[in-house]
Amino acid sequence: MEIYLFILFATLAVAAAVGMITSKDTVNSALFLVVNLISVAGIFLLLRAQFLAVIQILVYGGAIMVLFLFVIMLLNLSSEENMISRFSVKYAIAFLLGVVVLSQLLYAIASVTGTLPYVSPEMERVGTVEALGDALFSTYMLPVLVTAILLTAAVVGAILLAQRKFSGKENK
Amino acid sequence: MESANELLTILPVIIIGTAGLLVMMVDAFTENSRTAYWITVLFSAIGLAVSVNSLFGPTGTSFYNMIAYGGTAAFGAVLVMTGTLFSVMLTREYLEKTGRHIAEVYSMMLFATFGMLVLVQSNNLVTLFLGIETMSISLYVLAGLVKDEKKGVEAALKYFLLGAFSTGFLLYGIALLYGASGSTFLVDIAATDEKGLIYWAGVALLLVGFFFKVSAVPFHMWTPDVYQGAPTTITAFMATASKAAGFVAFILVLSRALPDVRAEWSDVIWLFAIFTMVIGNILALVQDNVKRMLAYSSIAHAGYVLIGFAAATGAAYSAILFYLFAYTLMNVGAFGIVAYYEWNKGLDFTEIKNYAGLGYQQPLMGVLMSVFLFSMVGIPPFAGFIGKYRVFAAAIDEGLISLVIVGVLASAASVYYYIRVLVYLYMKEDEGAQVTLVKPGMLYSVTLVILAVLTLYFGINPGSLTDLLLSFKDAAY
Repeated sequence: MEIYLFILFATLAVAAAVGMITSKDTVNSALFLVVNLISVAGIFLLLRAQFLAVIQILVYGGAIMVLFLFVIMLLNLSSEENMISRFSVKYAIAFLLGVVVLSQLLYAIASVTGTLPYVSPEMERVGTVEALGDALFSTYMLPVLVTAILLTAAVVGAILLAQRKFSGKENK
Repeated sequence: MESANELLTILPVIIIGTAGLLVMMVDAFTENSRTAYWITVLFSAIGLAVSVNSLFGPTGTSFYNMIAYGGTAAFGAVLVMTGTLFSVMLTREYLEKTGRHIAEVYSMMLFATFGMLVLVQSNNLVTLFLGIETMSISLYVLAGLVKDEKKGVEAALKYFLLGAFSTGFLLYGIALLYGASGSTFLVDIAATDEKGLIYWAGVALLLVGFFFKVSAVPFHMWTPDVYQGAPTTITAFMATASKAAGFVAFILVLSRALPDVRAEWSDVIWLFAIFTMVIGNILALVQDNVKRMLAYSSIAHAGYVLIGFAAATGAAYSAILFYLFAYTLMNVGAFGIVAYYEWNKGLDFTEIKNYAGLGYQQPLMGVLMSVFLFSMVGIPPFAGFIGKYRVFAAAIDEGLISLVIVGVLASAASVYYYIRVLVYLYMKEDEGAQVTLVKPGMLYSVTLVILAVLTLYFGINPGSLTDLLLSFKDAAY
């Protein structure tokens, strides 16, 4: 079962990535990217990295994608309808069928060449939130703290650059 | 308690981080940006004192080996804090005179310093990367401070794009080295037995990343535009503190993570040193803008420092550290004087032709400029001479004769463009527009005088510092 899911997610990820870079419409690209990110999250889940999977969906699939879509919509309002008008059930079914056929093909190739992933018991341990938290708050404690300052600096810097003018803050 | 002692090992980092946050908050609640300035100066001075004190302290690692303290790392902190303190002291008057004084500048400078301090003390590639990023992101913002001029925006954008590009190289190198050795700790990377393609690709990309940060030729393209476009005292900060931090981290990585492949990387650096010295000096010869000239001269200086890396002995590393110290003092000074001329209205005082006759108007500034430029040329009795001499001597001990010959010749050629500034200051008559220079503030002059005195002091009496640097055994080989 796991193998089938892996092949499905992997194929979907690759197909969506190809779709993303080949599609002419920016909104389509962005939506393909969502599919890609979610399938990668699925692969993480299969590798027992629950935390990464959740973060992948929350941060990339959620926050960053919304940002992308916002930017695209702001820059290019007309393409919004494009997507809806061109979308048809026929294309969707064709895409899914294609993915299924492609994953079967890849599965066949992978099982012959023996490149299927293997999940060791150790991997089951390291992927959990507990293990990650353990590492972050012991070995990687200092880097986490430094990251906090890094993000603060980035936020302050972004605001500083986004200010339109030097307001009357100079004193005399 | 173990953890409290560990905090003491990164005391400068904590002080500067706190100061950065404090300045940020103070700025939110008060209109007076001078308060922010004084807090910054105070905390930078404390940070400098603490890091000087840690020079004589123990060496070791802390925070689960993420941090290496003492020895080379401690001196790296001294270099960074020296550059920061003096550039901060110069920044206020320059920004006030040019009408751009805002308190956020200080918090960004402090955050950048925080990154540099983490960088020079890092014992792990993750910490190293975070240090570089904190430093770079703050510097991108500082470079783009001048938004009303095209050059400032261009500088910030170029710096950001090329910086992000170089970060990609560095990060890829780190990832590959991690793949080859299974760890990001410098000592574990040194212990890698299997040196396959992944390992070498990782080493190469890491080197490229560092070459970008220290602007070695052919990765120097961003330097002149950024140094020219950024506010001048910020340029001083970028040219000294961040360069010094990059070089110290480079020493740490080369001596701790890659000691047994020394023969290989030293050959590579040999080549880069020659390119950097020759091209840096040749391009500096033809510059008519003083800031651009100083930018190319800083590339040339990076070339001299790389000679030390090609030699790669304990003596060479200590020579590099001394060189960086002298370089920090004289470069902050030179940029400080250019900043002073620049804030005078009427002419564009970054163009060398407008310097004609200025040396007599404000004699102190003219004399100080001469001190810094003579030191950069490498004329005794200034610190720049001792720095160059020690780097060249260490390279000769390792038999890198041809490299040193190129270095000396390049350095001789550099006399032309440094002295040219002085010729304009003293020996050219004022043509056309007469400009009366305003007197610099007391603190500004005092800061520059201190820098000049230090340049002279460490040129005449380098013994105590060089002995101290030679005693750092942690980076030897």
